[in-house]
Amino acid sequence: MSAELPLPLEDEAEIAPRRRPWVEGFGPRLGLAIVGLLLLVAIFAPWLSPHDPQAIALERELLPPSAAHPLGTAENGVDVLSQVLWGARVSLLVGILATAISAVFGTLLGAWAGQVGGLWDETLMRVVDVLLAFPGILLAIFVTAVLGPSLANVIFALCATGWTGYARLARAQVLGLRQREFVLAARAAGATDLRILVRHLLPNLLGPVVVQATFGIPGAMLAEASLSFLGLGVPPGTPSWGALVDQGTQYLLIAPHVALVPGLAIAVSVLGFNLLGDGLRDRLDPRASPAGR
Amino acid sequence: MNRVLRKIASTLLAAAGALVLVSIFLDLVPGDPVDAILGEQAMEADREALRQALHLDESVWVRTGIFVRDALSLDLRSSVPPFQDRVFDRIAQALPRTAVLALTSLAFALTVALPLGIAAALRPRGPLDALASGFAVLGAALPRIWIGPLLIILFAIRLDWLPVSGLDSAWGLVLPTATLGLALAAFLARMIRASLLDTLGEDFVRTAKAKGLPPARVLFLHAFPNALLPVLTVVGLQLGALLGGAVVTEKVFDFPGMGSLLLQAIDRRDYNMVRACVLAFTFSYLVVNLLTDLAYQAVDPRVRERN
Repeated sequence: MSAELPLPLEDEAEIAPRRRPWVEGFGPRLGLAIVGLLLLVAIFAPWLSPHDPQAIALERELLPPSAAHPLGTAENGVDVLSQVLWGARVSLLVGILATAISAVFGTLLGAWAGQVGGLWDETLMRVVDVLLAFPGILLAIFVTAVLGPSLANVIFALCATGWTGYARLARAQVLGLRQREFVLAARAAGATDLRILVRHLLPNLLGPVVVQATFGIPGAMLAEASLSFLGLGVPPGTPSWGALVDQGTQYLLIAPHVALVPGLAIAVSVLGFNLLGDGLRDRLDPRASPAGR
Repeated sequence: MNRVLRKIASTLLAAAGALVLVSIFLDLVPGDPVDAILGEQAMEADREALRQALHLDESVWVRTGIFVRDALSLDLRSSVPPFQDRVFDRIAQALPRTAVLALTSLAFALTVALPLGIAAALRPRGPLDALASGFAVLGAALPRIWIGPLLIILFAIRLDWLPVSGLDSAWGLVLPTATLGLALAAFLARMIRASLLDTLGEDFVRTAKAKGLPPARVLFLHAFPNALLPVLTVVGLQLGALLGGAVVTEKVFDFPGMGSLLLQAIDRRDYNMVRACVLAFTFSYLVVNLLTDLAYQAVDPRVRERN
């Protein structure tokens, strides 16, 4: 349709920005590499691990790194490297699932609230206020403490507060988009609230939501590690970075590697996602892109 | 005044909501709480005593009412045998310690972030700016459960300068403070840099420079107070993350504060204590947020004008 309208364009190139790669610059590229490596490790953990992560060998307990155990052994002689490789699975699984569920749920609720307004909007924002009244991961600690340690409970606990950020973001974006011509035009053409939301608003929300989710994944990974460290995350025996650090803190004097190696794995993973997120944010934020200036 | 009242009202609403949420959630726990706390082989007399202590025959609303009444009259008791521990006494002991830890962490974060953020903003893209942004990226990524053990190994075990754990002297605060405050320091350095850079570009700063004021005066008396305002709000909000992180930090260092009290209560399935701890954390956070907000209004003439 727009092709038939003679638009007052001075320079075609001005509205058709040069195609830019999604990830550019050293930091974001490094982030992408770390995240990619982490995904590969998580997928291929069973083939990469030199030992069964739960194999017990009491005579090899808490040994320093050696040829047979490149990162040493932990309590009961389990292999730290294998535990860390398998731990990537739990960490990523929780990080991605908790973030995806929170993002979808929160975005839909927030966008709908922004679109229809009124009592629905008011109620939702009060619920968000109450959930945000809990400091940090305290509500997740409470929820997992009451429900007991399991992977599903950890994900549920993180989603319980996680969706609020996306709801606020989506609502704010919708309130801004609602007055734009294309939405007004759709409304004038008789489109229903639902149709406007699905066809016109949600596609425009995608960028900011994806950026926020890129930061949400490392946040959820950190939270899972913290909960498992507190003994409230994954069930005992499951290879998890946080749980391994918890075990390691008892042996800092004789076997510091047990706590330090999985802790470093968390740090590097979170760093990777954060660097990637910074890059995506700069890329998707029109104020930061050269074309927008 | 209207704004202040509205702020207080919404804080009270959030506090009440948190209380109801926590109570309802405890009620949803699958299975008999008596079995969960005492085990299925417990004696009938103990079971009955626990049933009484938890008011399990009442509805969740009555129970919440009783909890509030007991909590307000400071007579709330622990809900595990022998039901004698006064919850208030334990919290009164632990809360000040966590408050001190949170405050020293905040002070630590500001001490690191202020000079770094200012130096970075004064020479954008200079070497100190690179250091500040590197610090900001790293500080956000390094988990407390890694920093804590690392600091213990370095300063308590290798160098033997500081205690490994506990709070026998004020020295016991040093490592937990660094562990808890590092992420906030990184965040604030980034924030102060951005805020000061914005302010330095404003007209009133250019005017001050044009008047021929010495650069230090322009920076500290004109730009800096204005740059600090957005940072103030963020500090209030970040305190929530600090309190949540305190639970982890206290466990790493065996620090006898609210976090340790909460974890111990969770371990013993002491529901009254768990509920009281969660609410004590939440209310402290809400109060600090309210105070930050009011302080912000008192300090910023632009907000004051609007009232």
